[in-house]
Amino acid sequence: MSSGLYDLHKKDFDKTLDLKKLRPYGDTMNDGKVQLSFTLPVKDDERGEEAARQIARAMGLEDVNIAFHNPLDKEYTMYVVYGSCSHTVDYTSIRVQTVESDTMSMEEVDAYIKENIGRKIVVVGASTGTDAHTVGIDAVMNRKGFAGHYGLERYEMIEALNMGSQVPNEAFVEKALELNADVLLVSQTVTQKDIHIQNLTELIELLEAENLRDRFVVCCGGARITHELAKELGYDAGFGAGKFAEDVASFAVTEMVKRGVK
Amino acid sequence: MTSKLNLNQTLVDQARASAAKVAADVQDFIDLHTTVTVERAVCRLLGIDGVNEVEVPLPNVLVDHLMDKGVLGAGASFYIGNAMLELGIDPQEIAERVSRGELDLTALPVHETAEIQKVMDEVAGKTTERIRENVNQRNQYLEEYGDKSGPLLYIIVATGNIYEDIIQAKAGAKQGADVIAVIRTTGQSLLDYVPYGATTEGFGGTYATQENFRLMREALDEVGREEKRYIRLCNYCSGLCMPEIAAMGALERLDVMLNDALYGILFRDINMQRTLIDQYFSRVINGFAGVIINTGEDNYLTTADAVEEAHTVLASQFLNEQFALKAGLPEEQQGLGHAFEISPDVENGFLYELAQAQMAREIFPNAPLKYMPPTKFMTGNIFRGHVQDALFNMVTVLTNQRIHLLGMMTEAIHTPFMSDRALAIENAQYIARTMKDLGDELVYKDGGIMQNRANEVLEKAAALLKEIEQKGMFATLEAGTFADIKRPKDGGKGLAGVVAKENVYFNPFIALMAPENRGKEAV
Repeated sequence: MSSGLYDLHKKDFDKTLDLKKLRPYGDTMNDGKVQLSFTLPVKDDERGEEAARQIARAMGLEDVNIAFHNPLDKEYTMYVVYGSCSHTVDYTSIRVQTVESDTMSMEEVDAYIKENIGRKIVVVGASTGTDAHTVGIDAVMNRKGFAGHYGLERYEMIEALNMGSQVPNEAFVEKALELNADVLLVSQTVTQKDIHIQNLTELIELLEAENLRDRFVVCCGGARITHELAKELGYDAGFGAGKFAEDVASFAVTEMVKRGVK
Repeated sequence: MTSKLNLNQTLVDQARASAAKVAADVQDFIDLHTTVTVERAVCRLLGIDGVNEVEVPLPNVLVDHLMDKGVLGAGASFYIGNAMLELGIDPQEIAERVSRGELDLTALPVHETAEIQKVMDEVAGKTTERIRENVNQRNQYLEEYGDKSGPLLYIIVATGNIYEDIIQAKAGAKQGADVIAVIRTTGQSLLDYVPYGATTEGFGGTYATQENFRLMREALDEVGREEKRYIRLCNYCSGLCMPEIAAMGALERLDVMLNDALYGILFRDINMQRTLIDQYFSRVINGFAGVIINTGEDNYLTTADAVEEAHTVLASQFLNEQFALKAGLPEEQQGLGHAFEISPDVENGFLYELAQAQMAREIFPNAPLKYMPPTKFMTGNIFRGHVQDALFNMVTVLTNQRIHLLGMMTEAIHTPFMSDRALAIENAQYIARTMKDLGDELVYKDGGIMQNRANEVLEKAAALLKEIEQKGMFATLEAGTFADIKRPKDGGKGLAGVVAKENVYFNPFIALMAPENRGKEAV
């Protein structure tokens, strides 16, 4: 195994970039090099090291190098592993469905509202139904936001109300009417047996029954929500993991302007 | 200690006096009120535990009963004591009968208040004795193993399953962690009850229950005996059940508790009246139980800018110090909070962090300061994150912070893997070793960037406290002074649980837990 500064392995693979067979890049085209670390719940010894090597191979890595191993506890060992990924993907055939709006920053959203709507907009959000978890709606709405992305409460041109968790759909709609809301945000974090789908459907049905569906921009979010699912359920947009307040706000204000809301 | 920052002591004294005045005003309000969770905490300390057939905790059943009858202002102790005298049964039996609908506490003949107080003092005295024994037990461990000097390495476990938490906590302790915090499940702070029993499901954390406290305490004592170190246990005594969780922690020998009403008001939208009343009793309990509280100033900087708003952190530390003293919680148990949250893009940002941390050290010389790692500018780039955490670790060592919450390079990605924690501990220990006495060797330039920065922050904090002294605490929170967040006095969660005390009101634990009745000093 090479341990010096220079890699002396023969590089007898094709070094031309082929987007139909995309591979990770270390320092040479198509070398497939990846680095990873993981922990196995076993002792730190030769057998554990071999187990780590086999795990890496099972992941599709070749030329596996266990660069470092360290016991975290009697029966837990961490490994730092390098290898060449044997898999490829066809980059040219990849299509991604995303919410179609360019994400603006908080300041840009505020400026956009001032310029195009000319008044503060009202956003009401809740974790509805049986869901007791507010992590999603808090991340988007509360001032503190999430991972350095401020929540809607901090936006100068947004009046944001976070109703918290376990809000019945009826109470949610009632509050939206009382505050003359422009945008409704529904969060579904932890659900069992797809109850979130039932709950999300119920809200749309309720709005339609009251002839209110077109009055609001309605978005849903949560770890198991995709944009496609949201559209299917009758929402204007859906936001999954990795989306922040500015993604939601950008979509909502663009959609309002598209609809000609003043 | 000589000041390395040449701090203006007159301003320090002035700021402290302003904060004392603010705390005294708020205390006048607190003394006239009680809350549902204060009374439930009293119930718990009187030995009421368990849940009814629909999982409602018995302390809730009993307090709701009194609330429904409109008599909670007399205090749970009054009615429990009266029922004990009348029926000759213990508080648990009283709660069970109320739960079964067999007993209306307001329908019993009323005994003399002095008699009721006497019987309550006896029951309450047994609980305070148990807590005193817990304090003694902690002190014995610390004497036997010796206590670590320098920063206590604080890590978080948060699997949602207490049994999984125990595995992670034990591994962390063996790797060198000194404090294990079991983070609570999302949303628990807004529950107006404390769940019951051992729990295995949570989101982003594990329910704080008395049984979970007990299980983790047992596990940490076990690993402590193996490692010949006392491993401290931390939980979250905040939200809508502050005093109840303090009571549970006192009974199960927790050592550290997050405990800050201002945090709840600002970041959980809990009603300010409610939570300041709750905080008082929770700090009385924490003070008596030798628990180090951690205050939440670090969180301000996650919304407000760490350079611009540094003075609000200092002002809040002054306020928390005075609120704690009002509750009899000594300086040695005041883990005042602050954080390393200046953007990595700021030129000389490290100097400002170092100045702020040194300033807190000098202004609160006896406080076991709690120092929080970078979170706001952790991006998912774990490689830079590890460097940011290393810089944070240096400030900790150079300024002798006590409760050192370890930064995780995977912050903002997931709750830490076992390996994340191991790497964080390795990082902190490396820096603590290689820079051990560097702080003593360093002096900061007279009139230099750091001295100027610290004095500027101090000046602003003193001016802000002067303003709060004039406006009052409630009006200040309504104006959005802290963390840029405005909260109305009558808004937020939990206001319905605030009740004005009646003349007959008493809480036996206030006197029993007063500083003069405390055991040997804990910390």
